[in-house]
Amino acid sequence: MNQVNDRSRDIGAFVPAPDDDMIICRCEEITKGEIRKAVHDGMFTMTEIRRYLRTGMGLCQGQTCAKLVKGIVARELGISPAELEPATSRVPMRPIEMHIFANEAK
Amino acid sequence: MSNCAEVVIIGGGIIGCATAYYLAKKGTSVIVLEGSDHIGNGGSSRNGGGVRQSGRDPRELPLVMYGINHYWPTLSEELEVDCEYHQDGNLRLGKTEKHLQILQGLTDRAVAVGLDVRMIDSDEVRAINPYLSEEVIGASWCPTDGHANPLTTTLGYYKMARRLGVHFITGEKVKELRKIKGKLRQVITENNVYEGETVVLAAGLDSRQIAATVGIDIPMQAAMLEALVTEAEPHMFDQMLGTAEADFYGHQTKHGSFVFGGSSGLEGFTKDNGTPVTNSLTAPCICRGIMKYFPILSDAKIVRTWAGWMDKVVDGVPVLGNVEEVPGLVLACGFTGHGFGIAPSAASQLAELIVDGTTHVDLTDLRYDRFKAKI
Repeated sequence: MNQVNDRSRDIGAFVPAPDDDMIICRCEEITKGEIRKAVHDGMFTMTEIRRYLRTGMGLCQGQTCAKLVKGIVARELGISPAELEPATSRVPMRPIEMHIFANEAK
Repeated sequence: MSNCAEVVIIGGGIIGCATAYYLAKKGTSVIVLEGSDHIGNGGSSRNGGGVRQSGRDPRELPLVMYGINHYWPTLSEELEVDCEYHQDGNLRLGKTEKHLQILQGLTDRAVAVGLDVRMIDSDEVRAINPYLSEEVIGASWCPTDGHANPLTTTLGYYKMARRLGVHFITGEKVKELRKIKGKLRQVITENNVYEGETVVLAAGLDSRQIAATVGIDIPMQAAMLEALVTEAEPHMFDQMLGTAEADFYGHQTKHGSFVFGGSSGLEGFTKDNGTPVTNSLTAPCICRGIMKYFPILSDAKIVRTWAGWMDKVVDGVPVLGNVEEVPGLVLACGFTGHGFGIAPSAASQLAELIVDGTTHVDLTDLRYDRFKAKI
């Protein structure tokens, strides 16, 4: 937490790749190319990528794609995936109907 | 890279990012210091997305109206990101006679300062939004209000400011401001010292502690709000919604999901007060509030909930502009939970104030020197 992160450091230019059309986040249909471009737009953390593109904001809440997204972002930044903190997991664990959620007192 | 710039901005939320963007457009060199690890990690990413004029204090109304006329309609093109701005009106709903009295009071105040807002009856409410329950007996209606996506808008300002050469540093928590020869000059963090001709303090709640290091005390406190989002639903309506009872507010996003915010009434007294985490009682409470107005949504699935702080000022409007006691300091904080919609115009006016020394919108009523004892 709270590591100094210079957002103007040189990570090189975006270079198009043949697999940029591959869908990584299936819930929100976000491609590898979109994730890589977002890094070059300055989104250097998993939280920023998620807020910018909606990766991991769909029904599975990133349980499928989070690891893949992390690998792509880390590679683009030239760092180890272990250096990237995962985005915050949020309640509820599984999607739950409003009328059931609302009935918590029983 | 240099630790000096013409302007140092403390806080990488939408206010800090947008001010940096408008300053950079004017050719000013800017450093933005963000204390957390993420850009826009406070209220900027946790709010309900309202771009509202109705319900606002007359002192800040000219500023938000300026933004809705000059910035919001073209913001997506300008920031090269989909801000999802909708200007399809705001309904503030009432279910009882007492609610209607509250709404009438708000409406009268807004009309007095020239806003197009009026009371409408239950038939007209349902003509605008046919999904509302029979319990709704009236509403106030402001057709020029709307909503947008706070995540893409905040990060869009960041992206464009960065592209214009603004130097952003995250994880750089400010400890202290320091004057040199009577003028604010240095910003001291845990790791570094930064210098600027002007320092903009846009650190939300943390602004109070930082301002205190140069003897300035902004009367604001933390207040928590929570929000939730549903799975994507078929398109239903485009208005922004609020209620007289303030039991929830929200809208349907372009994605199809509904974002609703609200509270449980226990805020400020929860055991984990001090961190913005959700309380298990709040989301169910918001759900019960929503279902009274929208029974049709009772099968919609909630996929995510979150919490955020508001920087609530004693008189409910932001603190903007220069501070006489500390030359070189510009305050941009205390937005009191409704800072998102006003951000583009607040930021552009602060950039004008810093570079040109004058603003299009008079900011006098929002200055720090307004705080006085009651007698």
